[in-house]
Amino acid sequence: MKTLSLSILLLAFSLGVAAEENIELQQANFDPENRGSIVQGAKSFVKYCLGCHSIKHIRYQRIAQDFGIDEMKVLTEVAPQGATIYEQMHTAMNAHDSEKWFGIQPPDLSLVARSRSADWLYTYLKSFYTDRTKPLGTNNLLFKDVGMPNVFWQLQGEQKASYIEDDGQQVIEKLVVDVPGTLSEEQFDTLINDLVNFLVYVGEPVKMERERLGKYILFFLLMFLVIAYLLKKEYWKDVH
Amino acid sequence: MKTRITACGNWFLERFPLTKLWNDHMAHYYAPKNFNFWYFFGSLALLVLVNQFITGILLTMNYKPDAKLAFDSVEYIMRDVNWGWLIRYMHSTGASAFFIVIYLHMFRGLIYGSYKQPRELIWIFGMLLFLALMAEAFMGYLLPWGQMSYWGAQVIISLFSAIPFIGDDLSLWIRGDYVVSDATLNRFFAFHVIAVPLVLVMLVFLHIVALHEVGSNNPDGIEIKKIKNKDGIPLDGIPFHPYYTVKDIFGVGVFLIFFATVIFYMPEVGGFFLEADNFIPADPLKTPEHIAPLWYFTPYYAILRAVPDKFAGVIAMFGSIAVLFILPWLDRSPVKSIRYRGAIFKRALFLFVISFFALGYLGTQPATPSATMVARFFTLIYFGFFLLMPIYTRWEKPKPVPKRLTQLSTLDDFIPTLKATLDEVTVKDDHGYTLFGSTEFRRKPNPQGIRNVLIRLAKNLKASLD
Amino acid sequence: MNNEGVDESKRQFLTSALTVVGGIGTGYLAVPFLAQMQPSVKAMAAGAPVEVDLSKMESGQLLRVAWRGKPVWILNRTPAALETLKAMDSFLSDPNSKDSIQPDSSKNPVRSIKPEIFVAIGLCTHLGCSPTFRPEIAPHDLGPDWKGGFFCPCHGSRFDLAGRVYSGVPAPTNLEIPPHRYLKDTLLLIGETGKGGVA
Repeated sequence: MKTLSLSILLLAFSLGVAAEENIELQQANFDPENRGSIVQGAKSFVKYCLGCHSIKHIRYQRIAQDFGIDEMKVLTEVAPQGATIYEQMHTAMNAHDSEKWFGIQPPDLSLVARSRSADWLYTYLKSFYTDRTKPLGTNNLLFKDVGMPNVFWQLQGEQKASYIEDDGQQVIEKLVVDVPGTLSEEQFDTLINDLVNFLVYVGEPVKMERERLGKYILFFLLMFLVIAYLLKKEYWKDVH
Repeated sequence: MKTRITACGNWFLERFPLTKLWNDHMAHYYAPKNFNFWYFFGSLALLVLVNQFITGILLTMNYKPDAKLAFDSVEYIMRDVNWGWLIRYMHSTGASAFFIVIYLHMFRGLIYGSYKQPRELIWIFGMLLFLALMAEAFMGYLLPWGQMSYWGAQVIISLFSAIPFIGDDLSLWIRGDYVVSDATLNRFFAFHVIAVPLVLVMLVFLHIVALHEVGSNNPDGIEIKKIKNKDGIPLDGIPFHPYYTVKDIFGVGVFLIFFATVIFYMPEVGGFFLEADNFIPADPLKTPEHIAPLWYFTPYYAILRAVPDKFAGVIAMFGSIAVLFILPWLDRSPVKSIRYRGAIFKRALFLFVISFFALGYLGTQPATPSATMVARFFTLIYFGFFLLMPIYTRWEKPKPVPKRLTQLSTLDDFIPTLKATLDEVTVKDDHGYTLFGSTEFRRKPNPQGIRNVLIRLAKNLKASLD
Repeated sequence: MNNEGVDESKRQFLTSALTVVGGIGTGYLAVPFLAQMQPSVKAMAAGAPVEVDLSKMESGQLLRVAWRGKPVWILNRTPAALETLKAMDSFLSDPNSKDSIQPDSSKNPVRSIKPEIFVAIGLCTHLGCSPTFRPEIAPHDLGPDWKGGFFCPCHGSRFDLAGRVYSGVPAPTNLEIPPHRYLKDTLLLIGETGKGGVA
């Protein structure tokens, strides 16, 4: 009876693993404490993404405050022209136009790193390939038929899919560079990692602060626990 | 001056029975002297309740119960409100902590027979508390208005539509709309912040009053009131204050360390306390690929999905909780504590625990045909544990119950054993180093020792089941 | 139970120690709980300095703008109005603004940087109602001595055209003047004084 239930339990676990059938995610490689990388990611975001995607839950002032950068410097170097320091990262594109162009309104990216994951974002941004059957001319290996064009095609170059035969069906095996871009593979990788680092940061700007605080709180609680234990022991001498 | 204060104090005490209340419930409330760690969870539940009240009230100051504003107002709390992130994480972690503490508290009742005569009413108040807590958690989870909030509520409210004749009208009435909408959010907010909390406070009061009337059970399941000294004080009882107040404060310390670790280092707990899909605003036009309730509801959710008929599934799900209400009358064993029970109950309980965890796990997973089969099997064990109880508890041969409480082992008693185990599972490095004046050695894990310890553990577990 | 040989002083010491540590912990926990009721970043964003373009302002006109959610009046005073201010002292309780709040740049008899442009927070210093603008001379409800100014309908406080309070009314001090400066000749910034300091 016991062995039966145990084996069923094990079976259930293996089923859970088998249910995941998405492509394997590539590992993003960034240091969440590297301020330079995050600020660089913010600049790249404004340059390449803010045209369509907003991050309506982060203010330029917060970026200045969290990374100890002068507010004027954030306005001139990071924010697009005309933004004020307390403004959130709003996109210039209006919802009506975007629905006409892409079919849907590009999502706000404030929390995308928390709803997806860093690795997902990294893999997604590197998985565009040329597909002439699509209206935008590109497709994505991770997010099939996505309505977003590959904004990095000039930098990354064009990737195309290489197919293999599997059970009589054409299956994409991997993506290969077709036309090289203006950045080397390494430079492009850094660009994407910085961008992902920034998106992870805006997902929860307070993360660094809470982990810093946590040490003191735990140390304090440990002290409390020691005294509480001594007091308990002292009183319980009566009982034992 | 001092006499003034005393006079004021006396004025108050002549008009309010504070001394009597204190003595009745703390200083002269005699609790069995052998409470072990399972007895921490009652006071911890009270602590978490207070935490939820305070942080909840603070959250309502900035939260907006409006379908258009709710999601953004939560992020506003997380970013723009001073310390809003801490208060929100305390509340979200507190919700899960509440269930962990309550499940352990209930399990304590199960193993030591705390639900048995004369404590049936305490158990029933406790179960009502558990129900109210589930309602509170369910309605609270809609408030962030994320995808999981929305679709979880949609699914659970639709359950009511399975009830024959009135079902559709009932679920419509609960929602106040044809789908979960702004109206639903607004009324859930009202229930979550005031109606259900009032019920919870009332039930906590009843639960404690009923407990202090009959007195606490203990790990031996012996009534300490049976043997009293000449002053009418139970021989095996000690005053709750100071002995259990200082002990519970220690328990609070341990709990807070776990609680703070989650809040400051892992508030999402890998999607168990905060689900990833709930960081996407609710979209009534798009269901997430995989809907799973929060972890504390997953066992019942798995039971719901295990039954192939909609109405029967709903019955089974509510039945899995309803059956707990009649537990005091299902158990026919003459002894309370698992320490003196026969092997049958121990084995049945072991299977029940496995089925509860297995169902909990299956509830988080997609319902594939094979997973559903497994869930059905465990659903049978779950119900079998309760419904067959009148039969198997009558068969079992309990061990003799002593007249007086057995000695409680303290933390200090375990230290030599722990040390011996540590010595067994590790080998010392050749190079010693000096720490605080004594020579210490680095330790490396010892595979043979670990195997021995594990085998011994398994053997002990098996022996305890006989 | 055995109460013999109890070291009472040790118990007392440990109890005190735990009370102190617990008290400190509770105190620290109270800080975030109380601080969360302070203005949030959103409120601070709304409190950011406001720019006002004065180029289209006519003589005698009153502009109302919101700064930190409060009404701020910008009054372009006529030469005649400025003239009346000189003869007001006997009616006023604080004619030289000694006990009133204003940036140093406005601490003068006309209470402004430029004589004709008067900037003030439009909330009565009594209990916070917003007074009405009454520029007319000696209307019959305000009496023959009225030379134009602001009248608070809530409790009858009176202020002249420099926001100075009359004596014998409930309001204790002159209208508050917010920090402000001129970015250009006709571009006013409310919320900041001279050298970039935010008030």
